[in-house]
Amino acid sequence: MTNIDQKHPTGTDEFLKGIWKQNPVFVQVLGMCPVLAVTNTAVNALAMGLATAFVLVMSNLVVSSVRQIVPKQVRIVSFIMIIATFVTVVDYLIQAISLDLHKALGAFISLIVVNCLILGRAEAFASKNGLGRSFLDGLGMGTGFTLGLLCLGGVREILGSGSLFGVSLFGSSFQPWVVMVLPPGGFFTLAGWLLFFNWRAQAKARSETSNVKETLA
Amino acid sequence: MSDATDTTQMAHAADKAKIWPMYRAVVGLGFLCGFIIVGVYEGTKPIIQRNRIEMREQAIKDVLPGAVTTQAFMLNEQEQFVTVPSAQENGGLLFAGYDESDQLVGLAIEAQGMGYQDVVRLLYGYSFESETILGIRVLESRETPGLGDRIESDPVFLKNFGTLDVRLTSDGSSVANPIEFVKPGEKTDDWQIDGISGATITSRATATLLRESSTSWLPKVNAQKDAFLKGKRSP
Repeated sequence: MTNIDQKHPTGTDEFLKGIWKQNPVFVQVLGMCPVLAVTNTAVNALAMGLATAFVLVMSNLVVSSVRQIVPKQVRIVSFIMIIATFVTVVDYLIQAISLDLHKALGAFISLIVVNCLILGRAEAFASKNGLGRSFLDGLGMGTGFTLGLLCLGGVREILGSGSLFGVSLFGSSFQPWVVMVLPPGGFFTLAGWLLFFNWRAQAKARSETSNVKETLA
Repeated sequence: MSDATDTTQMAHAADKAKIWPMYRAVVGLGFLCGFIIVGVYEGTKPIIQRNRIEMREQAIKDVLPGAVTTQAFMLNEQEQFVTVPSAQENGGLLFAGYDESDQLVGLAIEAQGMGYQDVVRLLYGYSFESETILGIRVLESRETPGLGDRIESDPVFLKNFGTLDVRLTSDGSSVANPIEFVKPGEKTDDWQIDGISGATITSRATATLLRESSTSWLPKVNAQKDAFLKGKRSP
């Protein structure tokens, strides 16, 4: 993170880092409560991701714009207040859009308040950077979080219910792996994805070292 | 604050001078956040209310198979059932469902009780003809996803309804066999509700609230069954 900041990253970098290099789910491993809990279907994962992304973008914007007038002693309480406000807003908006969705996400909407990703971005980024960068950071992290949730939700719905976004994939002969939509399935799927991403990162690091060795030789 | 060489007194004075900006920031943000919340609440209120009523309307038709029109009733101070406009959201209402030929299908009654996390509010369908509970639909619950919320989706649990016996005693003053909760797989009588393993508390709460609601409402609604029959025609 520090070397990105020092190099004066472009706006695109700010946006992209949340999606790939610092993906909140697979790299930073933040906000695991909703990641494990509401990813039993792709729709729930998408809705939760979008709700979190909205809160993240809005709170980043407000935190960044008030960062000069909030003394540092009261910054955490101010940030939490701002975050809680937007979570309440999201709660009402989801109820207005679809009560069924609100029922499916249940208590987890209110729990966006305590998602450490949001306070983390407010504290580590938005309180130190301007509006534009904070917006891009929030958007990137929010997109990365949504994609992360979708990766889990997609796999869990395909294996656990034999469908994706409610569309049946395998026909009636498919015997769903019920465990995948239950809580343990969340852990299995997360472990699988983390394994995949870490394996990729290691393979990349290995090929880089061998490249360096070749150039030296 | 940051200067470690400050004496305590100076630090204290400096702290005092900083109280106003802190106060201003927190109170100012508090007001701003309050306005945002009130604005969004007021803006979405009519839509949410409409959604809730639509959802309830759907739930009534779900628990009363065959019903196409509904009429809301409430108990007035003289203990009489009177019709009220359906498009309101207060509690304590009963809904009569009628089929295409305006025949009474049954009553959908709202009931609530404490679940595992919070109050569970549900609607159950009652049939005068078979004297059974036809089905339930959860209107509001914050039960654990994947566990407690299975009272709505678990096929074995849902089999309890449809034939759930709530017959009245011959004088019509009380329910002959109040609904009982039994452990999963131990159901022997029609008035028992088979629990869900893994959601024992929520399924027991469902049985309890159904028992309480049915024992208090069913004698009353049966005594005034005619009010619901002609309810369709009265203004």
